[in-house]
Amino acid sequence: MAQTVIDTANHIVAYAAKAARVQVIAAYPITPQTSIVERIAELVESGELNAEYIRVESEHSAMAACIGAAAAGVRTFTATSAHGLVLMHEALHWASGSRLPIVMPVVNRTLGPGWNIWADYTDSLSQRDTGWIQFYCADNQEVFDTTIQAYKLCEDERILLPVMVCLEAFILSHTYMPVKIPAQEKIDEFLPPYKPKWFLDVDNPFSLANIVTPEYYMEFRYMLQEAMENAKQLIPEIDKEYGKFSGFEHGGLVEKYKCEDADLILLTMGTMGTEAKIAVDNLRNEGLKVGVARVRVFRPFPKEEIRKLAENAQMLAVIDRGISFGMEGFLAEETKASLYDQKNQPLIAGFIAGLGGRDVTFKTIGKIAKKSSEWMRAGRVEKETVWVDLRE
Amino acid sequence: MVSIKELSKEEYLLKGHIACAGCGPAISLRLLFKALGNKVILVVPACCSSVIPGPYPFTSFAVPVQNMLFEATGATASGVVAALRQRDIKDVTVVGWAGDGGTFDIGIQALSGAAERETDFIYICYDNEAYGNTGVQRSGATPYGAWTTTTPTGKKERKKDIAFIMAAHRIPYIATACPSYPIDFIEKIRKAKEIKGTKFIHILAPCPTGWRYDTSKTVEMGRLAVRTGVWTLFEIEHGKFKLNPPSSRLIDRAKRKPVKEYLTLQGRFRKLTEVDIEKTQKWVDEDWERYRKLASNQ
Amino acid sequence: MSSSAKTRKEKPITTLSSPTVGVDKTGFWRTFRPEVDGSKCTRCTLCWIYCPDGAITREEDDSPKIDYDYCKGCGICANECPVKAITMVREGE
Repeated sequence: MAQTVIDTANHIVAYAAKAARVQVIAAYPITPQTSIVERIAELVESGELNAEYIRVESEHSAMAACIGAAAAGVRTFTATSAHGLVLMHEALHWASGSRLPIVMPVVNRTLGPGWNIWADYTDSLSQRDTGWIQFYCADNQEVFDTTIQAYKLCEDERILLPVMVCLEAFILSHTYMPVKIPAQEKIDEFLPPYKPKWFLDVDNPFSLANIVTPEYYMEFRYMLQEAMENAKQLIPEIDKEYGKFSGFEHGGLVEKYKCEDADLILLTMGTMGTEAKIAVDNLRNEGLKVGVARVRVFRPFPKEEIRKLAENAQMLAVIDRGISFGMEGFLAEETKASLYDQKNQPLIAGFIAGLGGRDVTFKTIGKIAKKSSEWMRAGRVEKETVWVDLRE
Repeated sequence: MVSIKELSKEEYLLKGHIACAGCGPAISLRLLFKALGNKVILVVPACCSSVIPGPYPFTSFAVPVQNMLFEATGATASGVVAALRQRDIKDVTVVGWAGDGGTFDIGIQALSGAAERETDFIYICYDNEAYGNTGVQRSGATPYGAWTTTTPTGKKERKKDIAFIMAAHRIPYIATACPSYPIDFIEKIRKAKEIKGTKFIHILAPCPTGWRYDTSKTVEMGRLAVRTGVWTLFEIEHGKFKLNPPSSRLIDRAKRKPVKEYLTLQGRFRKLTEVDIEKTQKWVDEDWERYRKLASNQ
Repeated sequence: MSSSAKTRKEKPITTLSSPTVGVDKTGFWRTFRPEVDGSKCTRCTLCWIYCPDGAITREEDDSPKIDYDYCKGCGICANECPVKAITMVREGE
């Protein structure tokens, strides 16, 4: 039977791992991910979750152990954050290149120095080119649902890529919210046991990841890219299929709110998308035709959806909780790249907000929207990238 | 004791592999499979053994192999072991097969972690005393005075005592071996297979390319390492230290050949002075004093 | 599986490599060729166990047979033979 629990996103992640019947977990504790692995330890030791939990000595080893376990044919899970994620960097490439379906919630925390445990997307966005699929969640319900969906997605033969399920530090990780957990038999029906096409098997021996020469290498990369393209098709389908029994859909690749008639669309990710909805409602009351599009999947990047949004809008205000130093916000960058050569080019302004955990509330977003609408009316963006609430 | 003739004729390191002529690690791999057969999953980090089997789409390994990142053997093997347990597979041995760089240096953390977690696998370090795969650079296993491409005038520091580092992890079985002594080698691996927990086997695997000697002398070089006492065959089983033949007959210094005989046959020690050789002899004798005490305490 | 694939579609999606005899015809590397004198050989099989290349097989009677397609000519067998039944002969002689 479905049940509603009120808990933090981190604990919800642990329940999702249990509901997905993961078989091997390898993880290393890091703030603010710790309560995920603590709850998993309890679930494993109480026997509620029949899994091997490898308490590795580093995140690099966590990902290495996941690679070993997934290659040996079982459903595999880990979770990390910030410095842990970037320590894994090398192994992230190895996991995706090996086409192993590993699911990893990432509690988004910025990177030092100095030590800062609060939210932004620097950690996961700096891993965008590792060949991992990346989801960004807006609330605890989506965290649960996406974790289950992630297994369905990554174990599909058309995909076979690892997945990050990103959730912001504290804003979600340590915040209690009600979450409806579907009945286990419904989840089992949706997500049957993992049946790998190949795995390390003494009866059918092969070598995985040995040397590959220039003669063969490019085709493997092409196939990885193909899988990313396939994921664009599959993610909305899986979201819908899951929604049929859970009652929740999360918008597929991009969740849209009041975008149909909007002149100005706020484009953002994660919990800023939730705050933006409140801002949109307020601004609509003031007569401003504004909507919000929350990019739920950053890799593969939903450029076709972005193009569709841009067709009718006069302006896109892109709000980024992260920056590619020397360029601009990650989402702004991708948005502009997606729209190059399109017929209808809306104005685009980039806003950098909430780095290192600085609050981004609906009020902040309201200010961003108002500034953007001024520029929209003037037909000109005065500043390509605005740092929001930056102290002078 | 097994005899060579009783060993299986089956080969799981197939002909046509591309190890250098006279490769000590290649002999060691053949002996590994003679010991264990093919119910084995190998985890191989970046090392000579990731090149030896040849490139995609072929491999000279006839057992399943997970090739892995340089520093990650212990952790990857942990994942494989956990997965086999979940799949209720009990008759497969997981072997981490890593070079000295991947063991002494970049991989020591993952190895230490796997050992501390009592991971049920055999970790074998085949030690050719340098980063051979990348063209002979110094590692933490390179001995004092040895030329490598990054120690062109000879290494100024001593080699780590990795077996005793692993002994400090209190794992149930540690052994040293050398392919020049195949029966000792095979028996140790077979013994390791029967013991639950982390087993660490340290193999001296002479390398003609890095050590600068004639390819025909690989087995002889290993034998000389043992006879001079530079390399010692021993086991530490549940904390108990035991010398194995022929090392067990060499406790008396007079029974050991002078280390000079070993050093002067190798081009990599060409720049050693008499003082350096004496120093090395003194260190070897000190090690043996320690072994003597450990052996007599048991 | 991968060795026979002609097109990308037939290939595995990652570098799964199949066990194969003869990844390289390493006999071409050889400068000196080991030759066994059967009349001296005692069938001790030491040359077989020490060969790094698995290029020596054991016959029914345990006498060695050298596979010159793969023997790299390292000379370990000749060096280790206790009765000097193996000699290294320069290729072409």
